[in-house]
Amino acid sequence: MTTLTPTGSPRAARAAARGRALVPPRLLPVIATFALFLLTFGTGAIRYDGFASGQVVANLFIDNAFLIVLAVGMTFVILTGGIDLSVGAMLALSTMVAASALQAGWPAPLVIAAVLLMGSVFGLLMGAVIHHFEIQPFIVTLAGMFLARGLCFVISVESISIRDATFRSIATSVIELPGGITITYGVLVALAVVAVAAYVLHLTRFGRTVYAIGGSESSARLMGLSVGWVKVGVYAVNGFCSALAGLLFSFYMLSGYGLHAVGMELDAIAAVVIGGTLLAGGVGYVFGSLVGVLLLGTIHTMISFEGTLSSWWTKIVIGVLLLVFIVMQRMILGRQT
Amino acid sequence: MTESIATPLQSTVDPVVELRGITVEFPGVRALDDVDFRLFPGEVHALIGENGAGKSTLIKALTGVCDIDAGEIYLNQAPVRFASPKAAQAAGISTVYQEVNLCPNLTVAENILLGREPRRFGAIDGRAMRERARTVLERMGLAIDPGSALGDYPIAVQHLVAIARAVEIESRVLILDEPTSSLDASEVAELFRIIRVLRNQGTAILFVSHFLEQVYEISDRMTVLRNGRRVGEYLPGDLSRVELVSAMLGRELRVLEEIERVAATGGDAAGRVPVIRVDGLGRTGAIEPVDLEIHEGEVVGLAGLLGSGRTELARLLFGADHSSSGEIRVDGRVVHLHNPRAAIAVGIAFCSEDRKGEGLIADLSIRDNLILAMQASRGWPRPIPRRVKDELVQRYIRALDIRPANPDTLVRNLSGGNQQKVVLARWLIVEPRLLILDEPTRGIDIGAKAQIQKLVTDLATDGLAVVFISAELEEVLRISDRVVVLRDRRKIAELRSADTDVDAVMSLIARGHGAPEQREAV
Amino acid sequence: MISPLSRQLVSRARESRLTWPLLALLALLVANVIATPTFFNVRFQNGHLYGSLIDILKNGAPTLLIALGMTLVIATRGIDLSVGAVVAIAGAVACSSIATADDPSSPAAALVGMALALGLCAVLGLWNGFLVAVLGIQPIIATLVLMTAGRGIAMLITDGQIITVNNDSYARVGAGFWLLPVAILISMSVFVVVGLVTRRTALGMLIESVGINPEASRLAGVRSRTIIWTVYVFAAVCAGIAGLMISSNVRAADANNAGLWIEMDAILAVVIGGTSLAGGRYSLTGTLIGALIIQTLTTTVYTAGVAPEVTLVFKAVVVIAVCLLQSAKARAALGRLSRRSRSRPAAVTSRPAACARPGRDGAAERPEDPTAVPTQKASHS
Repeated sequence: MTTLTPTGSPRAARAAARGRALVPPRLLPVIATFALFLLTFGTGAIRYDGFASGQVVANLFIDNAFLIVLAVGMTFVILTGGIDLSVGAMLALSTMVAASALQAGWPAPLVIAAVLLMGSVFGLLMGAVIHHFEIQPFIVTLAGMFLARGLCFVISVESISIRDATFRSIATSVIELPGGITITYGVLVALAVVAVAAYVLHLTRFGRTVYAIGGSESSARLMGLSVGWVKVGVYAVNGFCSALAGLLFSFYMLSGYGLHAVGMELDAIAAVVIGGTLLAGGVGYVFGSLVGVLLLGTIHTMISFEGTLSSWWTKIVIGVLLLVFIVMQRMILGRQT
Repeated sequence: MTESIATPLQSTVDPVVELRGITVEFPGVRALDDVDFRLFPGEVHALIGENGAGKSTLIKALTGVCDIDAGEIYLNQAPVRFASPKAAQAAGISTVYQEVNLCPNLTVAENILLGREPRRFGAIDGRAMRERARTVLERMGLAIDPGSALGDYPIAVQHLVAIARAVEIESRVLILDEPTSSLDASEVAELFRIIRVLRNQGTAILFVSHFLEQVYEISDRMTVLRNGRRVGEYLPGDLSRVELVSAMLGRELRVLEEIERVAATGGDAAGRVPVIRVDGLGRTGAIEPVDLEIHEGEVVGLAGLLGSGRTELARLLFGADHSSSGEIRVDGRVVHLHNPRAAIAVGIAFCSEDRKGEGLIADLSIRDNLILAMQASRGWPRPIPRRVKDELVQRYIRALDIRPANPDTLVRNLSGGNQQKVVLARWLIVEPRLLILDEPTRGIDIGAKAQIQKLVTDLATDGLAVVFISAELEEVLRISDRVVVLRDRRKIAELRSADTDVDAVMSLIARGHGAPEQREAV
Repeated sequence: MISPLSRQLVSRARESRLTWPLLALLALLVANVIATPTFFNVRFQNGHLYGSLIDILKNGAPTLLIALGMTLVIATRGIDLSVGAVVAIAGAVACSSIATADDPSSPAAALVGMALALGLCAVLGLWNGFLVAVLGIQPIIATLVLMTAGRGIAMLITDGQIITVNNDSYARVGAGFWLLPVAILISMSVFVVVGLVTRRTALGMLIESVGINPEASRLAGVRSRTIIWTVYVFAAVCAGIAGLMISSNVRAADANNAGLWIEMDAILAVVIGGTSLAGGRYSLTGTLIGALIIQTLTTTVYTAGVAPEVTLVFKAVVVIAVCLLQSAKARAALGRLSRRSRSRPAAVTSRPAACARPGRDGAAERPEDPTAVPTQKASHS
């Protein structure tokens, strides 16, 4: 019997050494993100009065529920090594379609179903073009972004407010938690999405194929996996998530507008990257993306608590944060081709 | 247990797989022409042929990767046609390719069971998965932790995991496409042990390789392909090496005449300043400090197993990696080789073993690939004049017999042998003083191999200093004046080729840890 | 009967990646002429040339400039998402400098302001190049850093205000004329200069080499790092010039909106022009055509009276169409040459490249090159 331990190459030796240090290297970025989140939040708690309250944490979730859903969908796509620039535009289109449909008198449940279907089909189409015609995801989803935004303005150049009773009641309902903390239904939806996504990615064949494709698409194909279906499927999933995020956003803003969520796809990508997912694919966790969103949200909150800092500092801080994380990822995981 | 199950050519057992009259055509070429092939259970059947003979196409036809234009495939006497690799796999035919086709980011257990994970209540059962993986690994005699990431293991182990996957599927047919290309001798032995275990359990194994020694060692039956046609099916005992190569090449063996290397005049070398001399050159984690001297017209071979530091030393000589200790002198003057540019500037050239990843610029033409190093050293503002370029290119294409001879051909469309020649020519054009060749004949058909070996010896005779690295010890000894033996990232010996042989070098390499350093006077 | 010469031209045209973009541009122009018969009219007035075509070239000049820089970056297998932010920063720096100068309306102030702006842009390019070439970070994420932080920096410089300047020399950059609008002259000069420098010297080939295989290029002695660094600096400087054009056109610096989404337009122009996002071979002429297509499209939509925001839909359609044609063309060619007729042209369940030709060392082959075929037989005869 031959005992084979990970030896024989410098990289393996390093990996083994790290393994003895109790944490697999792939988890390090997620843990680092979480640690940074705690650190940032702690700094805010020390600096500002009232920061360290449960409601502030709850508000993080409330104000970012849609971004959480967006980031979860984006995680799927990035795990396969792809990218999707259309999510912000899809979110806006969802709000637009919802608002105009409601205005036209459609019942709320139908509107919700229609929007979710639209998002999924849109994503499916993009995925199909990417896979079958072998065009780069960047370009196809960029075109998708333009298309979705353009369609927003075709529906209406101005914003449409949502007056539907169901939507309004969902938007204004709160759930009481112990300690007097209130959250909205959007938060529950977002957390549910995270849980379902984690289940799918780790405990279903679809999810493992997602990781396999990110690791090596050609190998996955040769191993007999349904690479085509999954590659198209992740874009459909992401489209669904964008549409769902759009619904959550329309509860939040109670309006549909073509200029909603401009640039939000980049926030989603930043959250995913900060959350430890490699842009090359194959490595990453939705929990990391959740923490990434919370971290970004905390920074926003801190800056608003600061009061004197202008909002553009947010951009700079996020840029710096992004830099720190990618350099760290680079150093930990070595050269990515 | 190394005895093969003796099966006469006319077997009493039915073949598990039979191909009859298979023809596969691509635009302009007939890759397989009316080929018959049969695989018997409990046998290792080797498929041999030069590059382009049709071996890969045969496998692709069998496993559903390529469509068949004529002929039939029979699985257990029933005709089948596979539409995809998935279908072939489902029918019990598994393939392990030359490049490990697994996902390094997933665990060993996941790689073994991907696509067939055990499930409980609809969700993947991780524990059951690891158990099944552990079972199959134990069956093969491997103790690898199924829960660890595949990427943490070296390629040789990943290969074995790929085979474990095929075993787990309980394939009746296991196809191994060049499984030993990246393995050293001990890993090959391990692989062969597992192959024999599987064979004895009744699996039919199709073994594709161009290492003739290994073919003789492991196979029970051999089929030779040439130019898409089957030359014949033989038993190893019935065919001598010469006859085998003859069947592969289809002509007399003049091509493989012994290329004798006239031993460098050792006496003259003593007084001359070496082209390059390194003292204590090393790199932490890659190679311990090494002393070495190379003179004009000398060929120095580096021998050792994979991981012994051969490539690492070569890269240090070329400045491709940074050294952590030691000094390099070129023509007696100390030089600091921070990067390949510095090395090229003092006349050192390097042909990497990874011809595709580190040698060729695939989408550029032969012409652009040939003049790349020369242009790079001139700098971008001084383009090589068109006329000079054309003349140089034509001269080297002719000199090295690169085919096709059209300099506008993209190198990605060339065969392995011609690609190697292009990379070689690129360095010859800059007229280096020292040429470092890392595995220049790996994965190349015999004809091109002989051409390159002859070229190297001719160049040395003309005064070029050469460092020659190869896993094939005979090749190294045949071509070099001196052999530097490396083991476990350390130089352990330096011998004159004329004074030693393959067995002696092998035993040097194989001696256990702690053996005293041997240095014989050159 | 088709003569051999024209058959040769047709087949060469079919294989050229410029054909479809060129046809698309022509189609757009023709559509415009049909809608507006005076579309091609150019009139001479006050010593300047005026006309719709001139407008297209002028309004598209910033995009063209950025796209030129982007072409070289993409050729090295990279991408630069930060150019929009650089545009904003350039305008912000120039206008702040001019506004705070001793004599805000003097040519000297304009020159100083522009020099400062371009200098800073070069530094930003060095930064991007450092992340990509030295630290080895993936370009999309490396430039995302500056894209995110850059607008914040621009707003910092303008203190969140829109800075207006009253400087004729400065205004000349974006709105001035020298027979033709200065913007056109600048952008076309850059186009010509870059074309000459990259194709008359070996720089173009070395850039392609680095993009196709950076490690092999490094081992062949190519200054990969320097080349990669240089293209990012070039892209940033191009963005800086474009930023100066945009800001001088309105005599103001709007850190929030200047150059918004222009990086996407630039990338589209490059891709439409035939350069692959995967790096390697590039075409500056293709980029020029691509930029013209985008600008003509915008103009067409505008003259048709459609809301300008809807231009986005047309852009999306054009991009997808051109990309599909460029890739479907490859597919169609494969289908024609391969004897295997698949009912679904694009559906492949296995490695398509593996079947195009017998594998040699597993290298992916293209069937368009028949010269590789006779090798097999020749070497064994």
